[in-house]
Amino acid sequence: MNDIILQTNQLSKKYGERWAVKNLNLEIHRGDVFGFLGPNGAGKSTTIRMILSLIKPTTGDTNIFQHSLQSHRSLALQKVGGIVEKPDFYLYLSAQRNLEIVGALNGGASKQRIDEVLHLVGLSERARDRVKTFSHGMKQRLGIAQALLSDPELIILDEPTNGLDPQGMKEIRDLILHLANDRHKTIILSSHLLSEVQLVANRMAIINNGELIVQGEVKSLLEQGERYVLMEAQPLAKAKSILSKKKKLIKSYTEENGILNLNMNFDDVPKIVSALVRGGVSIKSVMPRHSLEDYFLAITENAGGKES
Amino acid sequence: MIRLVYYELIKMFLKKRTYIGFGLVLVVVPLIEVAFKLEGGRFLQVATRGLAQDFFMIGNLFNGWLISYQLMNSLYIHIPLLISFVTGDILAGEATAGTYRLLLTRPVSRTKIFFTKYVAAVTYTFLFVAFLSVLSIGLAYALLGGGDLLVVDKIILVVQESEVGWRFIIGYLLALWSMLTIASISFFFSSFVENAIGPIVATMGVLILCLIVSSLPLEVFDSIKPYLFTDYLNLWQKAFHDPIPWNDVQTALMVFGAYSFASAAGAWVIFTRKDILS
Repeated sequence: MNDIILQTNQLSKKYGERWAVKNLNLEIHRGDVFGFLGPNGAGKSTTIRMILSLIKPTTGDTNIFQHSLQSHRSLALQKVGGIVEKPDFYLYLSAQRNLEIVGALNGGASKQRIDEVLHLVGLSERARDRVKTFSHGMKQRLGIAQALLSDPELIILDEPTNGLDPQGMKEIRDLILHLANDRHKTIILSSHLLSEVQLVANRMAIINNGELIVQGEVKSLLEQGERYVLMEAQPLAKAKSILSKKKKLIKSYTEENGILNLNMNFDDVPKIVSALVRGGVSIKSVMPRHSLEDYFLAITENAGGKES
Repeated sequence: MIRLVYYELIKMFLKKRTYIGFGLVLVVVPLIEVAFKLEGGRFLQVATRGLAQDFFMIGNLFNGWLISYQLMNSLYIHIPLLISFVTGDILAGEATAGTYRLLLTRPVSRTKIFFTKYVAAVTYTFLFVAFLSVLSIGLAYALLGGGDLLVVDKIILVVQESEVGWRFIIGYLLALWSMLTIASISFFFSSFVENAIGPIVATMGVLILCLIVSSLPLEVFDSIKPYLFTDYLNLWQKAFHDPIPWNDVQTALMVFGAYSFASAAGAWVIFTRKDILS
């Protein structure tokens, strides 16, 4: 189950004197929904363009399904589908015709298969309409349809929810989960929307300034991060006074708009609540917070700090 | 490969831009030929004023063949412009539309995609020149009828009507060969820019520059003139000489072929190595 289907080896791209991507080693396992994270300009799209052979690496290589992309490009990309940034199409042609063209580049796609993928992304009714009449969300869905057309094992989606409204984002998210869970596809999902990755990915990598910061299982990476508890307590002054005496349990705390943000272990929450209540503080709400966003920000800020 | 060429042609011929050249020819050729018809024989009188003192002109020399021959002069600038309008867009248009990302992430090689596109460029050039020839000859013949063809070039020649047909066929085949060079040059420029205007401007720039150098009677340019393709753009006229100077034709074909090959090879090198950043 854990066999590696995509591996980048010291993958690097240099533009002039600037390394857009440097010595990147990624490993994608079969069945992964792999979140590829990084702030804007981190090198995500450059990496994906190299993986899909749109850009030639300065050094390094990518192996896909055991085939080197540099020496056996066609074999390496045989079972790969993807969208890079915004999906662009021949606007003057219909959705169906666009998929026929994409199909021809994959060795041909039957009408039945084209209908199937259009149905999967909810565009059956618009199959014969010109793409120029499509909304951004519909183009995005058509982008996923073209990525799925050859029934690839590995699907690479670069910022697939960019520019979509919340409903559109949810639809794409549900589609990714459907492809991963029901159709057993391996998916690389590049995004700067951390919550999106947190909702669908089981493994992830974070890059910043073109370099890999961390890679691993989302769950175990999150456990390494700081944990916070958001608390509404009254009276606030009394609560702060009690918390300041609990330095063994609380690493630090801040207060913003009447809400306390406690940096502490989740296991110690009952002890803190009990101490506050005993001290005459009433607790309105307690909410543990441990998001990828915190982790991401912490890790990219640290990496940025190292450079400066 | 055939399937890829088929879809490349579908893409090309479902694009409105492709028909602009055909549309212009469809308007301009009838306009000129009807104007010639309305003008009557006055055009021939003006054109042969210098000859009238020395020659007797007998028979119907103001005919469809003569007008068709005159229209072939558009092959120097006008037709190249219309050809580069489409062939210059074949690669650059994909960059502009962002569809390189759709094409070049597939398991088919860039070389194969390149050749399908080049075949499309050649097909368009062939169809366009064929359309021009059929329309200009067919309509001129319908309007003004046939007869012997008076050719006033560096020589004065009256081509018998029985020979005119095959000479036009050779003339247009030679014209097609020269226009393929124009298509290849614009295809070359199309390979490294990301908008379709650039290749048209660059092709026309090269064409006009070379035409100027070719036409300037300066010794300093004499040594390079034989290597300029513009020096051979009158290749089609050789079909109307008697006898046809096949050695000159062969030289011209080789020069055009060399330009076409160099342009296509350069485009291939650029296309297969370029990073797609659009």
